[in-house]
Amino acid sequence: MIIDKPISGVPGAARAGPAGARVPARAGPSGGSPIEFRLDAACGVPTYLQLVQQVEHALRLGYLEPGDQLPKVRDVVSTLAINPNTVLKAYKELETKGLAAGRPGQGTFVQATLSQIALPELTALRRSLHGWLATAHAAGLDGDGIVALFTSAMRDFFERRGAARGRRGGSTDRTEGVA
Amino acid sequence: MNVIETNGLGKRYGQTWALNECTLAVPAGHMTALVGPNGAGKTTLMHLAVGLTEPSAGTAAVLGGERPGSLAGLDGIAFVAQDAPVYKNMSAADMLHMTRNLNRHFDQRYAEARLAELGIPLGRKAGRLSGGQQAQLALTLALARRPQLLVLDEPLASLDPLARHDFMAGVMAAIADDGVSVVLSSHALADLERVADYLILLSRGKVQVAGEVDDLLASHRLLTGPAAEAGTITEPVVHARLGGAQAHLLVRTSGTAGSVPPNWEAHPVTLEELVLAYLREPGAAALPGPVLERHSRPTEVAR
Repeated sequence: MIIDKPISGVPGAARAGPAGARVPARAGPSGGSPIEFRLDAACGVPTYLQLVQQVEHALRLGYLEPGDQLPKVRDVVSTLAINPNTVLKAYKELETKGLAAGRPGQGTFVQATLSQIALPELTALRRSLHGWLATAHAAGLDGDGIVALFTSAMRDFFERRGAARGRRGGSTDRTEGVA
Repeated sequence: MNVIETNGLGKRYGQTWALNECTLAVPAGHMTALVGPNGAGKTTLMHLAVGLTEPSAGTAAVLGGERPGSLAGLDGIAFVAQDAPVYKNMSAADMLHMTRNLNRHFDQRYAEARLAELGIPLGRKAGRLSGGQQAQLALTLALARRPQLLVLDEPLASLDPLARHDFMAGVMAAIADDGVSVVLSSHALADLERVADYLILLSRGKVQVAGEVDDLLASHRLLTGPAAEAGTITEPVVHARLGGAQAHLLVRTSGTAGSVPPNWEAHPVTLEELVLAYLREPGAAALPGPVLERHSRPTEVAR
């Protein structure tokens, strides 16, 4: 039922992580995946969905790229003490979304990317957002007020642009694994 | 295949029925949580399944039709009794030796490797090990028999949080490695949330709730709204908490999540909330298929 088996030989060339973060190698200390899962017991989001969201988040921020291996089911299970079926459900969901693919006897690997733009642009956007945040804060908005304003403005923006075509997950630039 | 299947199963001690008209099916490949108040019949059900005691009424089958206590039943099921007992005066090595000689199948190499990985010294007397290590030793002895079904009676009760986590991680790794089915009884509801994918709730010797955890969570929700309008909710109410002005109703939804009535908010429920709601309402039941007809309908309040 479980296809994960320890593998040797992992793509592990050292390169800089996103936004200047120091990520020495794509492979984690356990020699598997560049990411590790964590769980928030209080957030109310089902465990499998937390795993899916963390992979998507990592894809958006560039922590994960096509060809990278997702944490092995057994490793996730013995680190977080969660049901293996939960991890399998999360990985199946990622496969359905076209973001990951299972390789028999090896594990599950990232298949597509969610990061829509390159890192330098992301950094520039972040910087300009900082400027806006400073203005909003100076005008007297607190964190919740900023979130509310931003959320409502974003909704207006996208509503005005009509139904956004091809929601996230519709990315087409599938790349074969580089292992 | 069902790893445990019972039909009208009952066990009487003197005048008291510890388990009564218990009909259930525990599917293979699941981590099944067996919950219920003290005296609900959890341990009795486990003892019946592993062949430690004989039923007074009804039938039980294990591993897809085997008789509990039969050779196949004994070979395929490993049982760790309450609080994971070990012989305090025996060393871990002696316990491996004994278990190997008392069973037809025992994977000595696996057992030694697992103990080494856990840093449990083979030569030390079990009584000198920490509580967590004793539990891990008991789990290792059970897993080394390479069972199809692992039955654990309250293994977490006496463990500290770290030992609980490590114990459950060991069980989950065994599921991932070997696909072993697990039935675990526990009071630690919060601990079960992440590990169990099938739930059986026993109450007063009967099955009150049974089903896949995901299905159960999807078919219940918590409605919060004005207490005066609690009577207008049409979904069956499992448990209601009514304040002077506000009401919280844990309701069962019929298949697709219906729309939320005006003035009301809907929240998803956690496994813990769900179990507590049913524990507070012993008359309510959520059972799959035909079993439902045998039981009382869920209580409806504020009607």
